[in-house]
Amino acid sequence: MADMTAISIPAEVPRQKAPKPIVPRPIVNVSERHEARVAWMLAAPAMILIVLFIVAPVIAVITLGFTDFELGYSTFKFVGFENYAELFGDRTFRQSLWNTAIYTAIVAPASILLGLGVALLIESETVGRSFFRTAYFLPVASLLVAMATVWQYLLHPTIGPVNSMLAMVGLPGPNWLGSAGTVLYSLSMIGVWQTVGFNMILFLAGLTAIPRDLYSAAEIDGAKSPIDRFFLVTLPMLGPTTVFVTTISIINAVKVFETVKTLTEGGPNKASEVLLFTIYQEGFVYLRVGYASAMTVVFLAVLVVMMFAQYRLVDRKVHY
Amino acid sequence: MSALSITNVTKSFGDNHILKGISLEAEAGEFIALVGPSGCGKSTLLRIVAGLEGADSGEIVAGGRDLTRLVAAERNVAMVFQSYALYPHLTAGQNIAVPLAMRNLTSLQRLPMIGSMLPGQKAIRKDILRQVTDMARSLKIDHLLDRKPGQMSGGQRQRVALARAMVRQPGLFLMDEPLSNLDANLRVHARGEIVDLHRRAGVPTLYVTHDQAEALSMADRVAVMMSGSLLQLAAPEVIYDDPAHIEVAKFVGQPRINTIASRVDADGAVTLGTWRLQPHERLVPGTDITVAIRSEFLSIADMGTPGLPAHIERLEFLGSEVIVYTKLDAIGESMVVKLAPSDARGLVAGKPVTIVPQGERLMVFGADGARLRADLTFTTLLERAHG
Amino acid sequence: MTQTFNLGRAIRLTLLSLGALIFLAPYIFMISTAGKAQSEIFTSSLSLIPTQFFYLENFAKAFGRVSMGQLLWNGVVVCGLIFVFQVVIAIPCAYAMAKLKFGAARLLMALVMLGLLVPIHATSLPLYVAFDSAALLNSYTALVAPFSISVFAIFLFLQFFRAMPDDLIHAARLDGMSELGIVMRVIVPNAWPAITAFAIFSVVAHWNDLYWPLIVVSNQAYATPPLGLLFFRAAEAGDDYGALMAATLIITLPLVAAFLLAQKRFVEGITMTGLKG
Ligand SMILES: Nc1ncnc2c1ncn2[C@@H]1O[C@H](COP(=O)(O)OP(=O)(O)O)[C@@H](O)[C@H]1O
Ligand SMILES: [Mg+2]
Repeated sequence: MADMTAISIPAEVPRQKAPKPIVPRPIVNVSERHEARVAWMLAAPAMILIVLFIVAPVIAVITLGFTDFELGYSTFKFVGFENYAELFGDRTFRQSLWNTAIYTAIVAPASILLGLGVALLIESETVGRSFFRTAYFLPVASLLVAMATVWQYLLHPTIGPVNSMLAMVGLPGPNWLGSAGTVLYSLSMIGVWQTVGFNMILFLAGLTAIPRDLYSAAEIDGAKSPIDRFFLVTLPMLGPTTVFVTTISIINAVKVFETVKTLTEGGPNKASEVLLFTIYQEGFVYLRVGYASAMTVVFLAVLVVMMFAQYRLVDRKVHY
Repeated sequence: MSALSITNVTKSFGDNHILKGISLEAEAGEFIALVGPSGCGKSTLLRIVAGLEGADSGEIVAGGRDLTRLVAAERNVAMVFQSYALYPHLTAGQNIAVPLAMRNLTSLQRLPMIGSMLPGQKAIRKDILRQVTDMARSLKIDHLLDRKPGQMSGGQRQRVALARAMVRQPGLFLMDEPLSNLDANLRVHARGEIVDLHRRAGVPTLYVTHDQAEALSMADRVAVMMSGSLLQLAAPEVIYDDPAHIEVAKFVGQPRINTIASRVDADGAVTLGTWRLQPHERLVPGTDITVAIRSEFLSIADMGTPGLPAHIERLEFLGSEVIVYTKLDAIGESMVVKLAPSDARGLVAGKPVTIVPQGERLMVFGADGARLRADLTFTTLLERAHG
Repeated sequence: MTQTFNLGRAIRLTLLSLGALIFLAPYIFMISTAGKAQSEIFTSSLSLIPTQFFYLENFAKAFGRVSMGQLLWNGVVVCGLIFVFQVVIAIPCAYAMAKLKFGAARLLMALVMLGLLVPIHATSLPLYVAFDSAALLNSYTALVAPFSISVFAIFLFLQFFRAMPDDLIHAARLDGMSELGIVMRVIVPNAWPAITAFAIFSVVAHWNDLYWPLIVVSNQAYATPPLGLLFFRAAEAGDDYGALMAATLIITLPLVAAFLLAQKRFVEGITMTGLKG
């Protein structure tokens, strides 16, 4: 572009070349201005919609968090940090945060490790690769609400196949989704089942990207056993993938909603209240928009912290 | 006893016979270049020698040890890869240290953090560090030791790869096209360096390349491979001047050797266009043969001189020499002639000339490509009919 | 390597097969139970092949209680519209950011990165209030509009376009194409891998989404598949798992079938867009 303008407007050239050591202002000329205008036009729809559907709602949700707005009432007033103060004392919310943390602490590591394990097994196996890949990935491509329903049947305390199997070996089957002691673990199990395939695919992609020559070099350098080679080549080379899979797994676990809504509605006795479900209840069932907005801000803060942790880690640790 | 002996190695991938019985011996300290077109099985052979791939049959003995059934780590071989295969997460220094650490430290001692707290490893680590530094200094890469491969140029990476290979003082050195990722200038420079390094280390070396000039210029002996067979293993001069097979003759030398397909006449002579050539020894009448001669052993004379009448098609001026592309009048075959610039004066495209071969440089190859020792000489060129 | 071959391999295959069995078990039971009569479900849950084939009855029930056709149609319309809007809006924007110089590019980049952090769950409250006051609840508009902009699409296409050679665009300009012409005739035809990958990501995400439809739709006529299934469950208060599994099967099938048919594309798409789950 620049050289084209130099031809079309030769008068500008000497000025451009003139020695001006400090703050060399770019010369805005006809064609650059045209380019900028076209760019604006191409980007305008996206920009407007980003403002409309992302920026404005985020500002609104932060603002609403400081109000006592309830849907159905025409007026509302600013209440400062009252909502946040209430949050701290809210047993349901605290329980919900705690449950979300537990759920995440189970589902994220389990699905990462299993995903990596399955990927490694599939990668080193020659037969049935595509069958295994399909089998483990199928839950990712399935409608979660539907599969949750299937799990509900599988885990049914009396007629469910899982408990029938346990009964066959003489074990008492728990009321998986129906008792406060097991419900969160049952949901976690479904969560792991649903996400392992996704992580596996990402790890498989990471494994495929490792140059074969590195393994050859490792063998020649004296890494005799597959374990030696795993620590010398595979694990370090999977570094970026792992950070990435970890972030996604954590964020997705924090966003758990579908299974809870479908199977337990937060019960029994709030034993499966999770963050998004609580926000949903407060905001869209009890219509306490102001209060739910404050919760949403907390939720958003958690996501922001996760993302920044990832950026820092990627920048510092696994970069090569 | 030779330093390396490869005996009758075969390898197939499924129905593809990639190596069809390769045998090769290397003397102590010898530099052997394995050259051939892409896909002929050079890398496969090298990987089998390294122990990265198993041979279907055959055996490999080096320094008196039978390596055939040993895993790569136990063979004490070093290998430089075309991609260099440096560990991208390790610095140059750590890369070079890997083979030493693998050999001298136990797997417990190698663990990060915990390993450095175990007893007995401190002295070993110090020794490794010293060896790495010495190696780096001798390759002039000591200033790069803290850099990761991603922060180095191609030439620097190549040196680090060399250092990693040499630091363990291997019994056998394998290189798979180590220069093909460098740009042309650097490549010619690096040739000399590798030969130098080889001379200093004195380790038998198998050097794979698809570049015949590289092979001829670097190696003590050149092994020419074609589609899984070794066609000839000999010194560079022999490979060039006295090829045992038509494919060797064609593969080596730039421009490509001139070939003319022909057939042995009933009286044992060979007809070449309007010319008849009388061989020293009798050839079997009726067999197909190929007559070949290198471009520098042809000269160009005025039309009418005894020789092969031709027309000039195109000239290429290369500075120290001129390549003349011609077409023989009688049979329409192309002939390439390499001349000194002074001999090319006055030649222009389209000009009718006579090509005069140096008779003792004519070579004959049989239908199977093998060399027939019944060389034709210039003195036996007989004029039959004036065209 | 060859020494540990047999034992290692046996262990590997056993582990993989057992795992696969566990992962596939829900599907096996789903198909099996969808064909069982109520009485059989209560008595022998472990036998996989129904003694009496009750498929027809169960599917009839599933189709009878909720109009499955309507659900699937809604799913197709909503996902299709969302995808089309996302691509039509994101591609020109990504092109401008990748290949054109303009002042707002940095601001836009910041907006995109910010947008990547914000899921629908964070913006749903104000959006709901807005759609409610505009009387747009229970409509395709409410289901589609918030997703018409995908910052992830912009991000993905941006990466893809940056890798495209500038010369391609320069050549097109010298040939006299307008910038919009370049987008349509040069960029889009070359961006199919990215578009396909994004299509898979987008369709999987929105076909499966329950949160937003649950908020804005209460009328069955606009229910998407997950929401419809929720309605069906509510209507099916008892434990009629036969019908429930039949409904589940119908609703799971389209995406699973698409996946099985175009596995390679699917996996590529998920891998490429794996950047965001
Ligand atoms: N692991 C393998 N499986 C199947 N075919 C292979 C394998 N490795 C090499 N080949 C085939 O063997 C032939 C020779 O390969 P290679 O030794 O790499 O050739 P070169 O190094 O001479 O170019 C090629 O045709 C290649 O496709
Ligand atoms: Mg090769």
